[in-house]
Amino acid sequence: MNEPEITLELVQKHGLTAEEYAQICAILGREPTYTELGIFSVMWSEHCSYKNTRPLLKTFPTRSPRILVGAGEENAGIIDIGDGLAIAFKMESHNHPSAVEPFQGAATGVGGIIRDIFTMGARPVCALDSLRFGDLSSPEVRRLFAGVVAGIAHYGNCFGIPTIAGEVYFDKSFDGNPLVNVFCLGVLRHSQIARGKAQGVGNPVFYVGPATGRDGLAGAAFASQDLTEESAEQQRGAVQVGDPFMEKLLVEACLELLATGAVAGIQDMGAAGLTCSTCETAARACTGIEIELSKVPQRAPNMTPYEIMLSESQERMLIIVKKGREAEVQRIFDKWDLPWALIGEVTDTGRMVVKNHGKVVADIPAAKLANEAPVYHREAREPEYLKSTRAFKLDDLPDVKEPVEALKALLSWPTIASKNWVYRQYDHMVRNGSVVCPGSDAAVIRIKEDSLPPLPENSPERGQPVPEKYVAISSDCNAAYVYLDPYEGSKIAVAEAARNLACSGATPLGVTDNLNFGNPHNPELFYQLKEAVRGVGDGCRALDVPITGGNCSLYNQNPSGPIDPVPTIAMVGLIEKPEHITTQWFKDDGDAIILLGDAVDLLDPLYGLGGSAYLQAVHKLKTGRPPRCELEKEKALQEVLLRLVRSGWVKSAHDCSEGGLAVALAESCISQVVARHTPKLIGAKVDLARIKGIRLDALLFGESQGRVVVSTGPEQAEAVVAEANRHGVAARKIGVVGGRNLRIKTAHGTFVWKLGEIHDLWWNSIARLMH
Amino acid sequence: MALTAAIPGDDSKMNFAVLQFPGSNCDQDCVHVLRNVLGHSAWLQWHKERSLRGADAVIIPGGFSYGDYLRTGAIARFSPVMQAVVEFAGNGGLVLGICNGFQILCEAGLLPGALIRNRSLQFRCEHVYLKTVAPDSPFTRKIPEGRLLRIPVAHGEGCYFADAATIRRLFANRQVLWQYCDAKGRVSDDASPNGSVRNIAGICNATRNVAGLMPHPERASEGILGCEDGRLVFESMIEALTERKLAVK
Repeated sequence: MNEPEITLELVQKHGLTAEEYAQICAILGREPTYTELGIFSVMWSEHCSYKNTRPLLKTFPTRSPRILVGAGEENAGIIDIGDGLAIAFKMESHNHPSAVEPFQGAATGVGGIIRDIFTMGARPVCALDSLRFGDLSSPEVRRLFAGVVAGIAHYGNCFGIPTIAGEVYFDKSFDGNPLVNVFCLGVLRHSQIARGKAQGVGNPVFYVGPATGRDGLAGAAFASQDLTEESAEQQRGAVQVGDPFMEKLLVEACLELLATGAVAGIQDMGAAGLTCSTCETAARACTGIEIELSKVPQRAPNMTPYEIMLSESQERMLIIVKKGREAEVQRIFDKWDLPWALIGEVTDTGRMVVKNHGKVVADIPAAKLANEAPVYHREAREPEYLKSTRAFKLDDLPDVKEPVEALKALLSWPTIASKNWVYRQYDHMVRNGSVVCPGSDAAVIRIKEDSLPPLPENSPERGQPVPEKYVAISSDCNAAYVYLDPYEGSKIAVAEAARNLACSGATPLGVTDNLNFGNPHNPELFYQLKEAVRGVGDGCRALDVPITGGNCSLYNQNPSGPIDPVPTIAMVGLIEKPEHITTQWFKDDGDAIILLGDAVDLLDPLYGLGGSAYLQAVHKLKTGRPPRCELEKEKALQEVLLRLVRSGWVKSAHDCSEGGLAVALAESCISQVVARHTPKLIGAKVDLARIKGIRLDALLFGESQGRVVVSTGPEQAEAVVAEANRHGVAARKIGVVGGRNLRIKTAHGTFVWKLGEIHDLWWNSIARLMH
Repeated sequence: MALTAAIPGDDSKMNFAVLQFPGSNCDQDCVHVLRNVLGHSAWLQWHKERSLRGADAVIIPGGFSYGDYLRTGAIARFSPVMQAVVEFAGNGGLVLGICNGFQILCEAGLLPGALIRNRSLQFRCEHVYLKTVAPDSPFTRKIPEGRLLRIPVAHGEGCYFADAATIRRLFANRQVLWQYCDAKGRVSDDASPNGSVRNIAGICNATRNVAGLMPHPERASEGILGCEDGRLVFESMIEALTERKLAVK
């Protein structure tokens, strides 16, 4: 079979520059074959190599005493949670495929991240997704939204993992470039950590999972370029097709195999499929690997070596088995009726050698391929638009005249409205571990014995009781803030995620980040990325939360323009005791409502209205400097909140974010769900009249940071306020739970909202837009 | 998860075989509730095994057996273990099918009717209220009269359908065990998450030893998960089994 001749045009079509091509020739000592060109093009794409972002990512804080496997080491990071147990988690994007084929794009995103978790030896126990779409008034946006949600539901539900948390934002900048960031968390014992290393010269290399086809061809390269009409059409074939049933069989079989001790190394075939898994495992182990493509199960006729190496067919794993133990692979994979094939072996040459019917089609030094992708230090330049957005002053904005209507508008604004239309399509209760389901500040899952992978027959850990653990997760990023101030907005993303965890009673343990940005060759967009990384890094350092790994998705733009910059932060925390698990809704009539933190940031000339949901939803403006984030104050607030939770005094906790204090109060009244069509609504009488000299819109809807609304038993209010003050955190009782309305008294007047009415607007807004 | 076999000689512990097909997702949840919460013996029964190993009752759990290929539950009915279950049921053994398990029982002909796509055409996961229509069955006998059960559903194909004559017969024979209702016990259209005929959530066969329901009682058996009404279904079965064992002595 004749391979195409390498021309400069062909090199460019592969997304490689002339300099990169020269480097490839230097590494090989000759010109590459067509297959080798394909291999380099995917491994050195932005998606796989992070060539535009590595220098920035190096600045992230990635270590803590609890880290067992850190960022950059393996397919996912692993953190200790005590008692010999650990969690593995990571977030990844599938943005470009979802723009083109939303259902399969999102579904395979879920499949990919699940594999990254069980390839570490962990049993996947929950998922989360952070989604962004354009304006819901557009039928095209509705199509993408419905497709993505259905795809995530299809994959997660069939696989059997609860999709239990997430966020959904709607903003025009995501028209045509939806963001689909998917996260998975798994559980394992320290003794069960598996590595993606091709260890042991002479060890056999197995391929397990369904046959390879032409789907997803060069998906990694596709993800590393701007989306245009033409690219979308051409690349429809690049969208992979997922089979969650296969994945379920695969996870059970792999965990069973890992328990036998016969595995020397294991890696999933994700982006860049067979190419990536073979060269990365060899590079990590400083060994070589040789595979014979005619042994690879194929489901399309006449596949070329290029196609086989670059295919991103789903649900496949590469397993390096200890020599002599091949029979166990066969036994277990036959039990689960999964295809397997012995395709090669580990060598000591340090080279990745690919043969097809005995003829060498690729012969590349593995470590150079995996680790020596070029690194670029792109130019950054402060964007022009910031000049005008920073100039915005409140003098130009009249105060709110109809606050009652304004709150209703905010509660029905899709970004703030209840996301139940989304999560009722996800089985968020499977595995019997969902202690706090979607609908509160953070989700909480319970880890118990059957959350863990199976143990080896003769393990000393067998029969040892497994203490229950409670893990909280939340994902956050206010993209408008990041657009308006990349550094400050990114700090806030971290602070908000930690605040949400604190509201659930959890201490943060680690972060996985997904950086979603436009074209890095554009200095203004690269500035956003650079400043975001700086903000995320500073936020994580101040709050003592390491980054355990993550993903970078660039080139998120189309001819209409780039997306708002989005450094999505998914944060995981641990709750000491089940009694500390806290939810966001008010509980009982008579409870005291206390605001922790300053009601308004008086040092902010915009009083928290910059970049606010109020400004966007009511005034159609996305401008101003976002609220200030003082990390030390945030830290103090969160520590006090956790202290209060542990003392047993906190009955509910909800942080102030989009929509400010009024939305936080409203949500505390209307967000509790008992059953289908059966919410539990509970009113509140709030008195903010002592706060004088502040505009009403800033008081009700300003998004000053560092604020949490808590409720406590009436007798505990004084003690709570005193305890907060003792630790330097402002605190004041602002109201009482009870009644059929939300009533807020201010210096500008008293405003009343009927609970049934605001609940209906908030609960049904998205369903109504989708029908 | 370890496969523990039946414990011989311990009459206070009932033995539950929880079937495990490729694609079953709620199998471990059922074992957890029966074993760790209710203190009985429960194990995962692999679909290729033909012997039920002395089980007193069989649970067919939820999930997507065989990936829902062809139709939900259509392939599972041909598995070796299902042949054993058909025989077991024929001899009066207690069988409970939950969600996908209910679908499998209908496909296997052990229960009448079929489960089709939800009226909304979307997967639905939420808590619902159930009204117990027939309190005299091994699956409902411990449910206090008038007590509504709050139990989660999670399915895309949970709409129960059967022809009019079958529906009449089911009600006449008290084979309809549960109907979806609202918080006040009203069996209204709105109360159903899937559009089932007459809001049917669960039924049993004519000899009252095989039952299926779409809601997941194993997800409502522990306080920490929010409600414990589901326990009453398992406790009913345990009471019925205990009575049988004592009767045999």
